[in-house]
Amino acid sequence: MSTPSTPTAEAVAAPPRRRPGLFRTAWRFGRTKVGVVLTALVVLVAVVGPFVAPYTPTEFVAKPFETGVDGVLFGGDNRGRDVLTRFLWGGWTLLVLAGAAAGIGVAAGTVVGIVAGYQGGWLDNALMRVNDVLLAFPQLIAALLVMSIIGPQVWLIVAVIAVSHLPRVARVIREATRKVIEQDYVKAAEAIGLPRTRIMAVEILPNVTSPLLVELGLRLTYSIGVVAVLGFLGMGLQPPTADWGLMINENRQGMAVQPWAVALPVTAIAVLTIGANLITDGLSRAAIGIDRGVEK
Amino acid sequence: MTQENTPDDTTALLVDGLTVIGRPSDVEIISGVSITVRRGEILGLVGESGSGKTTLGLSLLAHCKRATEISGGRVEVAGADLATLSEQGVRALRGRAVAYIPQSPASALNPALRLRTQLREALHDSSLSAGEVSERVREVLREVALPDDDAFLARYPHQLSGGQQQRVAIAMAFIGRPDVIVLDEPTTGLDVTTQAHVLDTIRRMTRDYGTAGVYISHDMAVVAGLADEIAVMYQGELVERGRTEEVMAAPGHEYTRRLLRAVPLLRTDHRPEESAPEEEPLLRVRGLSAGYGRTTVLEDIDVSVSRGECVALLGESGSGKTTLSRSVVGLHHQFSGEMLFDGARLATGSYRRTAEQRRRVQYVFQNPYEALNPRKRVRDQILGPYRHLVGRPQDPDAVVAEALERAALSASYANRFPEQLSGGERQRVCIARAVATKPDLLVCDEITSALDVSVQAEIVALLRNLQDAGMALLFVTHNIALVSNIADRVAVLNKGRIVEYGPVGEVMSAPEHEYTRALIADTPDFAPQGA
Repeated sequence: MSTPSTPTAEAVAAPPRRRPGLFRTAWRFGRTKVGVVLTALVVLVAVVGPFVAPYTPTEFVAKPFETGVDGVLFGGDNRGRDVLTRFLWGGWTLLVLAGAAAGIGVAAGTVVGIVAGYQGGWLDNALMRVNDVLLAFPQLIAALLVMSIIGPQVWLIVAVIAVSHLPRVARVIREATRKVIEQDYVKAAEAIGLPRTRIMAVEILPNVTSPLLVELGLRLTYSIGVVAVLGFLGMGLQPPTADWGLMINENRQGMAVQPWAVALPVTAIAVLTIGANLITDGLSRAAIGIDRGVEK
Repeated sequence: MTQENTPDDTTALLVDGLTVIGRPSDVEIISGVSITVRRGEILGLVGESGSGKTTLGLSLLAHCKRATEISGGRVEVAGADLATLSEQGVRALRGRAVAYIPQSPASALNPALRLRTQLREALHDSSLSAGEVSERVREVLREVALPDDDAFLARYPHQLSGGQQQRVAIAMAFIGRPDVIVLDEPTTGLDVTTQAHVLDTIRRMTRDYGTAGVYISHDMAVVAGLADEIAVMYQGELVERGRTEEVMAAPGHEYTRRLLRAVPLLRTDHRPEESAPEEEPLLRVRGLSAGYGRTTVLEDIDVSVSRGECVALLGESGSGKTTLSRSVVGLHHQFSGEMLFDGARLATGSYRRTAEQRRRVQYVFQNPYEALNPRKRVRDQILGPYRHLVGRPQDPDAVVAEALERAALSASYANRFPEQLSGGERQRVCIARAVATKPDLLVCDEITSALDVSVQAEIVALLRNLQDAGMALLFVTHNIALVSNIADRVAVLNKGRIVEYGPVGEVMSAPEHEYTRALIADTPDFAPQGA
């Protein structure tokens, strides 16, 4: 809002407050708070769990699917190992794998998206058509295919999921980039001959962070799901590792007699996914300015 | 104030103590505004952006923008209190009792519907037969001086020019014979010739129909020529209201006086020519043609700018003036012809020019809201180009402070982000960024057109100071009044060609080309007596 006072008079007055950033705007939504609490809960279990677990994850403490044993709160699993211990141990692998896959995929997709959006021309066409080819593979089936050819390896899980994220992120970031490069500050940087790589890093990247954060949250949610499903299908981490996805698969035959061994990891994965999704939703609402209202 | 809020038979619109607040902060966007407008008269609602004039205009249609609500006062249109109306009543009211003409005609018309369909929709009166509806559509089209044949009615909005689109929007507003019509800066996007036609149409239609008009604008010159009464809004309050002649002759409020002073005068006592054009000019453009793909937008352009001189490029939208200025700075690559800067050829793209050339020619963009990276502080906006073109400074703070000072801003602005600046301050920062590298030529592309009139005057004064300090300016504008206030020489562009080129005094007083004559005649001339 312009005021009619002279510039010198304005300088004396305190500068107007900045509009709160994306995180702070997002935090005002109830859904974001709920999401953060849910996510924090699961992350806490996964991170602190291994340190407070009563046994080691491969120790036999009961008979298979036995419940009501003294000192074994949730009973034994299909081999008679402590369910609680394996639950506490099985989270961090999922989190690390999902986090790494989402992080790498979003980072690579951002680079591809910005380069394609800014450079345009044949490079844009080449990158985006390769993208389309990648998009044609269903995420999970592509992962299963690669896994069954090369064999289940930890780095491969991360790589396959990251690659499946890349084209999806690239498409969104390319659109955001196209909007930013219409702005005159990018042209101003071109007019003074700033190198194109610097323009992409300094002028464009900071201005696509809103869709970027939303993408990161969304891809994290998907990664959690895919890692868990791969574990369940036996294509992820291999026994005897404690892993939530694997636990569900191992113990599903005994679900009638020993529901805890399935219920605990299922609940944790569900809560984590919903939590991450709520945060993402809050971020995206803040990014597009829903319910911003009128501020002073 | 000479008018009191005493409603009589001729009063079409009465607003009494209207207050609109914003949620969730409860800021009063407009507070306690009272106006009355009589049938057949136009009230000019003047104020700068953010003063609440559009909010007031929309509340006359019983519409509030998102997160705002009317918290006090009342609005009566032709005797009916809007607050008492139901949702259905409001819908019946809009278009019949109150009609609205928005700023951009392109967004007011549905691009997928033919004009016939849109005009019929606007006349949502079920009591009329199909024949009567068509007759009314043709009648109103004739009244806004558009063809009324079937071929025209079958057209889509994109097949019309901007002026025709705005006249269709006017026809749509008047088709239901409303009691009150709200016009929200309807001529802002139009060039002066079209603006003159549209204003004429509005004036005639309100008189013929006995409609009360509320004309929202920040342009005092337009309002002075059109309105019977003027209401000045400032920071959500009505600071002055009176008959147009009285306000113009004796403005009561300080803000009104400032507004009047800020309007650039069409004819000024021009400064005498100082520069001797014999020496080699700083920038010489000869036989330049430019285009996009196969379309040529500029042909055979000859312009030169000497050191310390200001040359204005005057033209309406589509005349190619922005293409020319972007070619000079290296942002438009597709041109041929000679372009010499200080004797050396300028390459077509900025990346092919030397760093020294890029440093010496700087560009200021039209829209300050898009020209600053929202994620960088003012300090970094200024230092970025400096580091790249001049080198790492010994004392960065001094560089920033000096650049800001040349743009008439204090050094304390260095730590602000663009969103903490007003439009005028943003444009000053853009100028500071451009002058930080000490250029010889500053290309200004319509740099005042996105700003309020009062801010415009400040920016023009700033540019004059820079010019007095020895900088050459290439000032691109569509506003002929600004030209005589700033430029030494002017080149008039029409359809990609220069039709007139010479000292400003000569061109303004004795224009040779008929296009220039038409431009001068259509610009609202304005001489405030009280300022």
